[in-house]
Amino acid sequence: MAKVIIALGNDISTDDIYPGRYMATVLPTETPQFAFADRTDFNARLKAREFPAGSIIVGGENFGCGSSREQACSTLKGYEVVVVAKSISRIFLQNSINLGLKVVLCPALEASEGDELDLTDDTVINRTTGKQFAQVQMPAARKGIMDAGGLIPYTRALLKVRR
Amino acid sequence: MGMTVAEKILARAAGLRAVAAGDVVEPKVDLAMSHENAALVINQFLEVFDGTGLPPTVWDPSRVAIIFDHRVPAESPKTATNQKKIREFVAANGIAKFHDIRGDTGGICHQILPEYGYVRPGYVVVGTDSHTTTHGALGAFSFGIGATEMASVWSLGYAVNIEVPETIKVVVNGTMPPYVGAKDLILHIIGTLTAQGANYKVLEFHGETIRQMSTSGRIAICNMSVEAGATSGIVPGDEETVRYLREVAGVTDDIPLTTPDADARYVRTVEVDVSKLEPQIACPHMVDNVKPISAVAGTKVQQIVIGSCTNGRLDDLEVAAGILRGKKVAAGTRMLVFPASGRIFAQALAKGYVQDFMAAGAVVMNSGCGPCLGVHEGALGDNEVALSTTNRNFKGRMGNPKSEVYLCSPAVAAASAITGVITDPRNN
Repeated sequence: MAKVIIALGNDISTDDIYPGRYMATVLPTETPQFAFADRTDFNARLKAREFPAGSIIVGGENFGCGSSREQACSTLKGYEVVVVAKSISRIFLQNSINLGLKVVLCPALEASEGDELDLTDDTVINRTTGKQFAQVQMPAARKGIMDAGGLIPYTRALLKVRR
Repeated sequence: MGMTVAEKILARAAGLRAVAAGDVVEPKVDLAMSHENAALVINQFLEVFDGTGLPPTVWDPSRVAIIFDHRVPAESPKTATNQKKIREFVAANGIAKFHDIRGDTGGICHQILPEYGYVRPGYVVVGTDSHTTTHGALGAFSFGIGATEMASVWSLGYAVNIEVPETIKVVVNGTMPPYVGAKDLILHIIGTLTAQGANYKVLEFHGETIRQMSTSGRIAICNMSVEAGATSGIVPGDEETVRYLREVAGVTDDIPLTTPDADARYVRTVEVDVSKLEPQIACPHMVDNVKPISAVAGTKVQQIVIGSCTNGRLDDLEVAAGILRGKKVAAGTRMLVFPASGRIFAQALAKGYVQDFMAAGAVVMNSGCGPCLGVHEGALGDNEVALSTTNRNFKGRMGNPKSEVYLCSPAVAAASAITGVITDPRNN
């Protein structure tokens, strides 16, 4: 069981998650300091390590829309949070899988800040409200990358075989 | 069953006779583009090779393009150091399609690729930039990816685990009214589809209006297809595509075209009649918050921006210069102009557009992304409003979360610069 540390609306862009002015910072060890930098209170709580690993960021539709910047994933991965959203934009979803940021697709999700959620293999159970919601499963093609531990080890294995 | 343009291109690139939406393929990549974020791609690329004993060289240097545009010239030592690191990688790997910070061959990546003939109809193009959808304007299947995925492409030469997307057919007919153009059309389409309406799908553009449209207009449309969530926007290659590649890009070899089958399967068809279209404005803070100009005319603006990969080409500057010629930018409003490439800058000088802008009081800047993504120059003050021909207006996009950005066409931007408020260019 893990707590929802923030519940966001629809169309949360990568400019919101990781503002463009910090894009010259690329190292995964350095990007976490700028997570949601313009939401100054939330950014401060993240940086203070108030939230244990596995804490949940809830998103609405089209989470991660906009820029392809991978910092938007590495910045969240730095806090080992999980993104549970109704839908996720294509590039952000792929970047998350490639980097190993845990994301869950849950189209009917109802959850508010402070709710306690259980993430099973195929459902999201909101322990606070007692409601249960189905997850959309990742396509098999994406599972392969997740199972390999991300796109870097996945590519490295292919490199040895095919190059 | 017939195939869409995207399906035909992915089938060819994956070495298959046919594919259908939902299939997972591994298409060979014809062109792999990055800008300054190549600095991150290089890190990930070296990590792929770490411990393999293999030399970390890109699979085919002739298919890799790197263009500096996001922060040119560098705004900080960090950026300058990233750019230096990329130059060293480019030299070590023999990457010829490299465009450094230069007044002649430099420019915005999405302008350089078409201008230099790097993209051809039927190509699979990937880029570490979401606006890589741009290159569908030349009949390519072109999509944005992250830095780690690019590191994988640099290593393998193909993209792993690509799901063949469904295609939405967009049919556009009618003659554009005066001062209404491609930007107004794509803003209207995004407003109709919403910011997620084309998520995981391709927009394939058809109709008489598209057939009559210049490659420059098609670039604006495909560029912003991603703002409806599209994986790629595609105008099937035609005579205009060939004309552009021959006359502008100087391509001399064969240019085969890929067209959809008559019985291709589309998930949805959207029809648009542009004959009564008004200039369109995307209002803060979402690109799909699109209104006809009459709804927001009179809104005071402090900064006008003309440029970007969406609207910094010669015809964009021509329209704007024509409106501004002999006029002045309003007091209390500042106007910044960014030609999309060094070549366009030189052409705009030769045609006198740059002189028109400067005489009107606009500041003409070097080619590059400029203030579009808020990392470099042209930042906004608290509570200021920008009216811009760029492609995104998310909160904080121009560097200040306490500001607002409206998106518009070059004609609207120029007419509004004179008055200092959002102004319909048809009332000029």
